[in-house]
Amino acid sequence: MTGTGKTVTRVDLCEAVYQKVGLSRTESSAFVELVLKEITDCLEKGETVKLSSFGSFMVRQKGQRIGRNPKTGTEVPISPRRVMVFKPSAILKQRINSQLNSHAKATPDEVKTE
Amino acid sequence: MIKSELVQRIAEHNPHLYQRDVENIVNAILEEIVAALSRGDRVELRGFGAFSVKHRPARAGRNPRTGEHVPVEQKSVPFFKTGKEMRERLNREPETSPETGA
Repeated sequence: MTGTGKTVTRVDLCEAVYQKVGLSRTESSAFVELVLKEITDCLEKGETVKLSSFGSFMVRQKGQRIGRNPKTGTEVPISPRRVMVFKPSAILKQRINSQLNSHAKATPDEVKTE
Repeated sequence: MIKSELVQRIAEHNPHLYQRDVENIVNAILEEIVAALSRGDRVELRGFGAFSVKHRPARAGRNPRTGEHVPVEQKSVPFFKTGKEMRERLNREPETSPETGA
């Protein structure tokens, strides 16, 4: 598996803004919140948010369908709802894979060859 | 809303900053998320959602037009799971029943 096993949170985003933009930590943290809030508000209105070279967030309307309680097997109606989906940009997908490829080369035991 | 509009909205609330600064803020945030994912790390933003990377093993694919077998290499794909608060906010209308969440 790749990854350092670390989970990036708001604190790290705030630190990145602090380091790169040179605002105070308090202000950086407020901006992280503001960015998330603006995106959330847009989505709540049903609007798509497109962030170039990152991806887009959109809201989809789901109709009612019949689900099943996996434990008891009883059928339960699932009410119509709105769900949010993230569609990663080609650039994001590429960046994630460039890392995988270099990693795969570094550890050939993970790659199965016939 | 596109990125430049997001920048503009935030700039409107912060007249003491140049639009360019706000652009740098938004880019710094997105870049941090992308960097984490390309390391294979997870990004968790409570109330909003979590980004993670899923690994897809190599498989034998097919060209749907010719039916020809094509090997598909292993790859990693970004994945987003909506946060609880976001899910609730999207469905705040009085009509929605919460019984199917579990």
